[in-house]
Amino acid sequence: MSAFKKQQGGKYPVEPVKNGKPEYILRLFVSGILQNSVNAIKNINQICEQYLKGNYKLEIIDIYQQPDLAVSEQIIVIPVMIIKHPLPERRIIGDLSDVEKVLEILNCK
Amino acid sequence: MLPNTKKMVPALKLIKVETGINGFDEITDGGLPKNRPTILCGNTGCGKTVMSMEFLVKGAVKFKEPGVFMSFEETKDELVTNMESLHFGLENLIKKKYIYIEYAEINKDQGIESGKYDLEGLFVRLQNAIDRIGAKRIVLDSLDALFYGLNSKVLRQEIKRLFKWLKEKKITALITAEIDNGLLTKSVLGQYTADCVIEMDKRIFNQTTTRRLRIVKMRGSDHGINEYPFIIDSSGLSVLPLISQLKSQRLSDSRITSGIKDLDGMLDGKGFFQGSSILVSGSAGTGKTSIAISLIHATCKKKIRCLYCAFEESSSQITRNMRSIGLNIEPYVKSGSLRFYSSRPTLQNFELHLISIKKIIQELRPEIIVLDPVTNLMSEGINSEIRQMLARFVDFLKGENITTLFTAAITLETIKSNPSDEGISAMMDTWILVRDIEQNGERNRGIYVLKSRGMNHSTQVREFLITDKGISLLPTYISPDGILTGSAKLEYTLKDEIQNTLRNNRMKHKENEMERKRKILEGDIARLKADFESELTVLNQAKTENDLKEEKKEENKIEISGLRNNLKSSSEKSKNKNK
Repeated sequence: MSAFKKQQGGKYPVEPVKNGKPEYILRLFVSGILQNSVNAIKNINQICEQYLKGNYKLEIIDIYQQPDLAVSEQIIVIPVMIIKHPLPERRIIGDLSDVEKVLEILNCK
Repeated sequence: MLPNTKKMVPALKLIKVETGINGFDEITDGGLPKNRPTILCGNTGCGKTVMSMEFLVKGAVKFKEPGVFMSFEETKDELVTNMESLHFGLENLIKKKYIYIEYAEINKDQGIESGKYDLEGLFVRLQNAIDRIGAKRIVLDSLDALFYGLNSKVLRQEIKRLFKWLKEKKITALITAEIDNGLLTKSVLGQYTADCVIEMDKRIFNQTTTRRLRIVKMRGSDHGINEYPFIIDSSGLSVLPLISQLKSQRLSDSRITSGIKDLDGMLDGKGFFQGSSILVSGSAGTGKTSIAISLIHATCKKKIRCLYCAFEESSSQITRNMRSIGLNIEPYVKSGSLRFYSSRPTLQNFELHLISIKKIIQELRPEIIVLDPVTNLMSEGINSEIRQMLARFVDFLKGENITTLFTAAITLETIKSNPSDEGISAMMDTWILVRDIEQNGERNRGIYVLKSRGMNHSTQVREFLITDKGISLLPTYISPDGILTGSAKLEYTLKDEIQNTLRNNRMKHKENEMERKRKILEGDIARLKADFESELTVLNQAKTENDLKEEKKEENKIEISGLRNNLKSSSEKSKNKNK
């Protein structure tokens, strides 16, 4: 588990993983520095650090910077986290303050 | 404390943007409020998506305004496919970047919530879409899709924000909503400050689908509060507006012939006014269609376009029947001067017929229209509605200066039992009644002009005949018993003739008498003259004799006196000689 830098609107480096493939691939869509988005980023970082123990790949995408992705991924609600892996693809909307819920979804697989 | 005096703010006139939808801009007095959001609500299948798409299509085609269609219910491909039956040319417009369709799938976000959220993603996408093509019009179809699975408090907040946002963007927005079907109710919708709310309705009345549209609210503008019927066909929506003021109609003084010379004679000698409404009524089989076709025939001959709306017989039937009375209209159908619109009245409502007819009129631009018969249509609906509809239609036709002829199976008797029929006749400028005259066990046809505004029309009842040479009017006999037609007339005519002949004979006889008398008299005169002549001759002769005698006497006298003188002179001479 190594610390990672928060970069505004950028993609995040891949974390060292087991078996060469991260178990969790997460994509968090945020809207700049609005309150909900800030909280979501904070929360997901905490969750990842605490529970996923490095076994994840987290992308934070700012829809202001990349609106085309918002279209292609059908983003309406912000913030939203799309769990790309493990399948099936699921979404959690909100600032992820309800950690129990998040874990429920993540740990289901 | 000074009283709180409110500053008088001058009412700003609402600027409107034309939708380009047939009839809609008229009922809204200019279209939708410019750069403001309008809510279009209605039940399932009432036509919200079609109307909103047409709003964009017409905006692009007619006014060169690009538009965004943000769909929450159907995908882009589904929409394009569904709109194919409406000839919008959607694919082409998308290609040319006049229309941009985006599908925003709400469902994906439903289900798992963790913490707070908002709809910022939607705003980003809307902005992105508008910037793509520089849109001036936008449609959101439909609002209620947002209401599924998302926190209602958040939703209400965000939708309020959305309306504000749309106003700020200076874009004319049309937002559809299906009401009373789920969470979105009228009361919920009422909270959202839209400047304009339009309600559409699809209902089944008398087993036919009826579509209605009404303006619930239009802030800052006068609007009609009625429901307007509309249809959706291959060219989109068509609304039939009620012309509330009698539009200053272009009046014309020119006259058109009815095709029947004697009927023209009854109408001030010149025929109908161009642009007037004519009603030909009478019970079944009295010849109304024949009269209508006479008009059409005479008009088409002059190469003027006509539209014949047949609701009872098919066009081929009419053509065939009219041939038998010497009116061949087939060449006019072929050349396009005469167009038939035949439809079963039961197929659609009256107003839908009118809208369909109106479209043909806009395309064909005829100068004469016949509706035969109009009473058939009336049975399909409530009478007051029908009358309103008919009034609208007549107004519209007058505005276009089109002469209309309606045939109706009403008579003065039926009006007593069905007062609404009177309403129809009041709308007409000219009312011609065709009547059966029953006499002596025979039925003949009579025609008369009950009213004809603006002209000195005949008040006579004339008998009319339909032969294989067409329609002709005969003068009727008015006997002490009343009007006579048919065989009664013949009888009377015969009697009359006999009397005439007898009288003539008597006269002749008298004349002969006189002639004879004259001859006799002349003979007498001649005789007397002759006598006179002879007497005169005798008298002359005597006179001549007398004259001659006198003359001779004178001569003798002279001679004698002459002789005497000679003797005297000779004796004197001899005396002298002797001396």
